[in-house]
Amino acid sequence: MRKLGKRDVMLMMVLLFFCFAAFLIRKLAGGTEGAYVLVTVDGEIFGEYPLCEEREIPIKIAGETVNRLKIGGGAADMIWADCPDKLCVRQKPVSKENETIVCLPHRVVITVEGAAENGFDSIAR
Amino acid sequence: MKRKTAYMGVFLAFALILSYVESLIPFYFGVPGIKLGLTNLIIVILLYELGVKEALCISILRIILAGFLFGNMFSILYSLAGGLCSFCMMCLLKKCGLFHIVTVSVCGGITHNMAQLALASLIVENYGVFFYAPALLLSGVLTGFLIGVLAAEIEKRVERFFRETVRK
Ligand SMILES: [Zn+2]
Repeated sequence: MRKLGKRDVMLMMVLLFFCFAAFLIRKLAGGTEGAYVLVTVDGEIFGEYPLCEEREIPIKIAGETVNRLKIGGGAADMIWADCPDKLCVRQKPVSKENETIVCLPHRVVITVEGAAENGFDSIAR
Repeated sequence: MKRKTAYMGVFLAFALILSYVESLIPFYFGVPGIKLGLTNLIIVILLYELGVKEALCISILRIILAGFLFGNMFSILYSLAGGLCSFCMMCLLKKCGLFHIVTVSVCGGITHNMAQLALASLIVENYGVFFYAPALLLSGVLTGFLIGVLAAEIEKRVERFFRETVRK
């Protein structure tokens, strides 16, 4: 078995550089506290909710609650889900712009959006 | 030939055990989808010691069986996307013969994570999931490196066994 060559080291350095660049881009793109969360189901908007309001939102698919999102203290957290993997519940609360919580089995995505335009209305159902 | 088939069964069992071990580890880094990829250890070694067909066969069977045993339909679909893309990438890199086994494993790790991320964004029809791209890229490099180093070490020791026993 030959040793790691120059080519290998170079390629890995390039890949690590890409990782670093990706983190940097994300940092530059977001980072500020968000104003509201956008909930989409299957790519369709389910509702928008301001982060400043304390509340619990049942996310429903075909009339059945599949996820429960808790908003409070400027952050949103998935507190319950009936999906098989429960990865969404284990994700950390989100509060900063562009942060997301994903429930893959239910196709539910929670995204934190930035400062809302004036006269922001909740179209919550 | 018969002997090789029997050994293939043993390798599949090995891969399933590693899947099981991985499903037991309460590994969670705050980002969905990050995994150690222990089973890739077997796949990489088979790719180098037995051949493309054999490694691919074990990889696909492992994903489907592990999905039924420790996962669900979603995890099968998800693992297949990652597993097949990463396998193609590793295969090409190995074929071109320019890179070390560790580098091949690193590229496999990255491809695995990026393919899963792409599939996830298609499933939820939302690009927001790319928020996880940096973490998944980095974890692909790190876990791929770890698995690659282990694979290189193990390969050194099992080379003779493969040459004298399995490939006979
Ligand atoms: Zn979920």
